[in-house]
Amino acid sequence: MSLAVLRWVPRGLGLGLLAFAVFGPIGNLLLWAFAERWYWPHALPSQYGLSFWSRVFAPRADAWGSLGLSLLIAVLAVIVSLLLAVPAGYALARRSVPARGVLMLLFLLPQAFPSLPIYMNIARLFYSVGLNGTVPGVVLVHCLHGLVLAVWISAAAFAAVDGAQEEAARNLGAGPLMTFATVTLPAALPGLMASAIFLFLDSLDEFTGTYFVGVPEIVTMPLLLFNAAMGGNYQIASITALVLLVPSIVFMLVIERFLKADVLAKIGG
Amino acid sequence: MTRSNTAAIEAAQIRCDPVRRDFWGLLLLAPALALLIGLFAIPAVYSVLGALTGKAGGPSLEHFRTAIGLYGWDIVFTAWLVCLSVAVIALLAILIAGYLTLGANRLAVRALAWLYRWPLFVPMICAAQMMRGFLAKNGMLNNALVASGALSPTTTTSLLDWRGILITFVWKQFPFVTLLLAGAMASLDRNMIEAARDLGAGRLRVLFGIVLPLVRAPLLVGCVLTFVTLMSVLSVPVMLTADSPTMITVDMAYRINTFGDYGTANALGVISYLMTMLAAWVYLREATRERR
Repeated sequence: MSLAVLRWVPRGLGLGLLAFAVFGPIGNLLLWAFAERWYWPHALPSQYGLSFWSRVFAPRADAWGSLGLSLLIAVLAVIVSLLLAVPAGYALARRSVPARGVLMLLFLLPQAFPSLPIYMNIARLFYSVGLNGTVPGVVLVHCLHGLVLAVWISAAAFAAVDGAQEEAARNLGAGPLMTFATVTLPAALPGLMASAIFLFLDSLDEFTGTYFVGVPEIVTMPLLLFNAAMGGNYQIASITALVLLVPSIVFMLVIERFLKADVLAKIGG
Repeated sequence: MTRSNTAAIEAAQIRCDPVRRDFWGLLLLAPALALLIGLFAIPAVYSVLGALTGKAGGPSLEHFRTAIGLYGWDIVFTAWLVCLSVAVIALLAILIAGYLTLGANRLAVRALAWLYRWPLFVPMICAAQMMRGFLAKNGMLNNALVASGALSPTTTTSLLDWRGILITFVWKQFPFVTLLLAGAMASLDRNMIEAARDLGAGRLRVLFGIVLPLVRAPLLVGCVLTFVTLMSVLSVPVMLTADSPTMITVDMAYRINTFGDYGTANALGVISYLMTMLAAWVYLREATRERR
């Protein structure tokens, strides 16, 4: 055996172990999602099937309501966050703003603080104004969670826009709003798209804030998963987890196409 | 943007009235800042005030006494577990990012790059549910160990205790730190690495002696962000184990949901802020030491 082949022994072992560590938990989840019967000490389920899937996705089951609610909240959170973050990102990147560095850091603060104590106090404040257990309340909390990245990515996307094109548009007689709508915004769009996808996923997956603010009316998919898991129903919890897993994996596989290197290089700049 | 363009824009900006310029910039920022103040600054101040206001209404440390008396071990356990998780994540990230940078075999490097990213965007709560199956007495990990002969079916144990929380945290967070670190290592000057290799330095030596000191800043940023993230995870300790001691996030939720006791919960919250500040201080000290 040549040395080159022998070298694949440690490599293969390391990669194999890592593959088991990464995919093992996902595989175990898949087994649970399709297991009809699984008793100790059997290593594998004794019967596979889809009966739990039909229970989860029965026409009147909770899952459809939760899925719909999760999607509604995620779409609203994306819209509200972008409405806040796009002007803010544009101002930070293209306008002179006093104390710009301090402001950029200010948006980072929620990320540098443990969020759970913040959420429980938001819940207390929301309770007094009637926002607890409502869709707008949960949307606002999700916006706070995603705001940092939305603002930073927007700022980076606008910073990467070529100023010469804007100048050309202005020289040809376009007004500032026309220039923004026809030149600046389209050029920044890939970065803003990445930010929107990120916000959508972030909202879809958010658990802790919804747990405190949405309770008890707002049962999003993560809350449904949590309730099923705490109720001891492995199959239903696993199926819900699997449904949540799909967008995350897809996002992981496509993110590089949306986040261009020139935008990435400007993040935080 | 070319230099002349920048100069032209700057000249145009100087021609505008500076007060008016600032006004428009701040107006565009105002809605985002309002959300930041209403949903972050005010609740943060509330939590600190709530922790420091006694039952009689005056300033008092009684909530901290209750919190430390009831959950003292949980506070220590949380700090220890989160620090241990961050240390394991950092080590794993260094080794993987190091191989991605210094690995000789292109096929193995590409396989590793493809492999490590999968948990990157997996929600924490999904990771918790996966691990509940994977680490259980009858889970895939134990079955694999039995099949490999390392364990017999009678000696398998459930890993759903602090080890389960540690494994879940590491599984979920190591790709993020690895991604940061691999990105930083990829932008290093290859010539220096090649030179060290040519002089006969082993790959581990190059990694820890040359590459790692140059990427300390992104590594520290990744570690601090991971520390903060893990400090506020509720789902994993709740779903994985009912053991005591547990993480203080669980205690906070319990104080509120069971007793409506915001005082003790906020005291625990402030303790978690202090732990995070300590981590941030360590980061800042290291970051400035590097500059000197």
